[in-house]
Amino acid sequence: MGIANQVVFSETMQQLAETDKDIIAVTSDSRGSGKLVPFAQKYPNQIVEVGIAEQNLVGVAAGLASAGKKAFAVSPACFLSARALEQIKNDVCYSDNPVTLVGISSGISYGALGTTHHSLHDYAALRAINNITIVAPADNFETEQAVKLAAKHNKPVYMRFGKKAMPFLDETNSDFEFGKGRIVRNGGDLAIIACGETVYPAWLAAKKLEDEHGIKTTVVSMHTIKPLDVKLLENLAENGRPIITVEEHMVYGGLGEACASHLMQNGYKNSFKIMGIPDEYTVTGSQVEIFNYYGISRDGIYKTGKKLLKI
Amino acid sequence: MTNKELKLKSVFLRKSLLKYIYNAKAGHTGGSLSCVDTLNVLYNRVLNVDPNDFKNPNRDRYIQSKGHCVEALFVTLADRGFFPMSDLETLCQHKSHYIGHPTKKVNGVEQNTGALGHGLPICVGEAISAKLDGKTHRVYTLLGDGELPEGSNWEAFLAAAHYKLDNLYAILDYNKQQITGDNSEVMNTDSVSEKLQSFGWAVKEVDGHNLEELEAALNSGPLEAGKPNFIIAHTVKGKGVSYMERNLKWHHGVPTPEQYELALSELNEAEALI
Repeated sequence: MGIANQVVFSETMQQLAETDKDIIAVTSDSRGSGKLVPFAQKYPNQIVEVGIAEQNLVGVAAGLASAGKKAFAVSPACFLSARALEQIKNDVCYSDNPVTLVGISSGISYGALGTTHHSLHDYAALRAINNITIVAPADNFETEQAVKLAAKHNKPVYMRFGKKAMPFLDETNSDFEFGKGRIVRNGGDLAIIACGETVYPAWLAAKKLEDEHGIKTTVVSMHTIKPLDVKLLENLAENGRPIITVEEHMVYGGLGEACASHLMQNGYKNSFKIMGIPDEYTVTGSQVEIFNYYGISRDGIYKTGKKLLKI
Repeated sequence: MTNKELKLKSVFLRKSLLKYIYNAKAGHTGGSLSCVDTLNVLYNRVLNVDPNDFKNPNRDRYIQSKGHCVEALFVTLADRGFFPMSDLETLCQHKSHYIGHPTKKVNGVEQNTGALGHGLPICVGEAISAKLDGKTHRVYTLLGDGELPEGSNWEAFLAAAHYKLDNLYAILDYNKQQITGDNSEVMNTDSVSEKLQSFGWAVKEVDGHNLEELEAALNSGPLEAGKPNFIIAHTVKGKGVSYMERNLKWHHGVPTPEQYELALSELNEAEALI
């Protein structure tokens, strides 16, 4: 088992800052939850604190980026992607200032703190904005790679990280680049396309399907929600196997609908199921309890797989 | 450029912006006329910017937060040589880069603005960056008084003082009117000087149509070491055309042919008196 992706984010920031004084973390009283306290102690001149003021957080980061800094604006994903949405749209994306927006404690990481602290809208909101790459790394490897890539990407990026320790996923393909899905398990009977913290339960479900029914499943960490790896998506759809998407996001406007839209418009008729949080008052509980309730779990995805395969 | 030539320039810029608003049948006439003297002083006396080397990292920054008064900015940039004035014949036309708010597609424009309350936070980031790098260039923004109620401005007012950004100049185009009515009726922002001083800014009030006063305030170096600078430019909406002055109809009014001719003749008279 690895560690929480947001801890890897902080460690990677320290690595980068060691040789690059232009790396700047901008925080909104969020250095604690962003695990950036060691970064701030080591590089006090490379952190800009704006207090609890997300609009200013993103505006200031845009100004820093415009002046040539590699600005990482760090704030809980729920506030960053909603309260500062206009600053993201105009000051970062429209003005093409290469800020990396880092949504921490994303999705339902805050669990029982409730809907105010959940970000189940961020993919949808940001997908509808031009000029931004949206990334949800699944494990520590992807997180480190994503942060390093963002630092040299020179374009707007949004990435989100959860609080939970993530295992290292099996690697049949350890290359990482934005816009290229990572296959973490291979098999021709079924495809599961997931992102972020839902890749692991998808992988566990695939293993259970094979162990109990001999079903071979391809599991993809589709870490980049936009631009979507449509070539990989078409390859997966090509042999007609059922496709399941899984995300820590509302079922509207996220990874699943992005995949469905592309497949439908390109003539694919695979049976298809989007797994995520439905359009309802989200059930209360911890992240694990909420995941289990909505079937974003080994057993829930396993059951959906069996249903699509009619077994 | 002599002071007399600078005054003549203000009249020329007023005539030019009216011409392009008249041609385009669109524009923010009243606000452009209230802030154009500030822009004239900035681009001809204050800012270290080069139309042929606009991306020079040591240039002064000017970000127009009140983006809707883009016509004043466009004619000033064109006159300063950033692009041919004739480009503005395409103002607001299909596929033109010269739209109703500033965009970086136009040489000389620092940021895409238009939504209010965005300019100052970006300038705070620019000013922090300059401080971190030990650079001496300055960062300017122009705020409208109508956008003061935007909360993001007050977030940035706090941050600028916290980081002691004396390289930052926020200029308030204080014409005291906005689309619905007087500021005092829409959302009272009286005592803005006291408000900003209490936030830790150094404040200077000037006549925003007096070019010498504007230049002295904007070129002075920090008003107070360690404090960001807030220049309150008292202005008149629609300044320079008698029937437009303080008349809200001209917030984004477009003159008829007769009104346009009348405006030009008034400005020609003003020119003759300089």
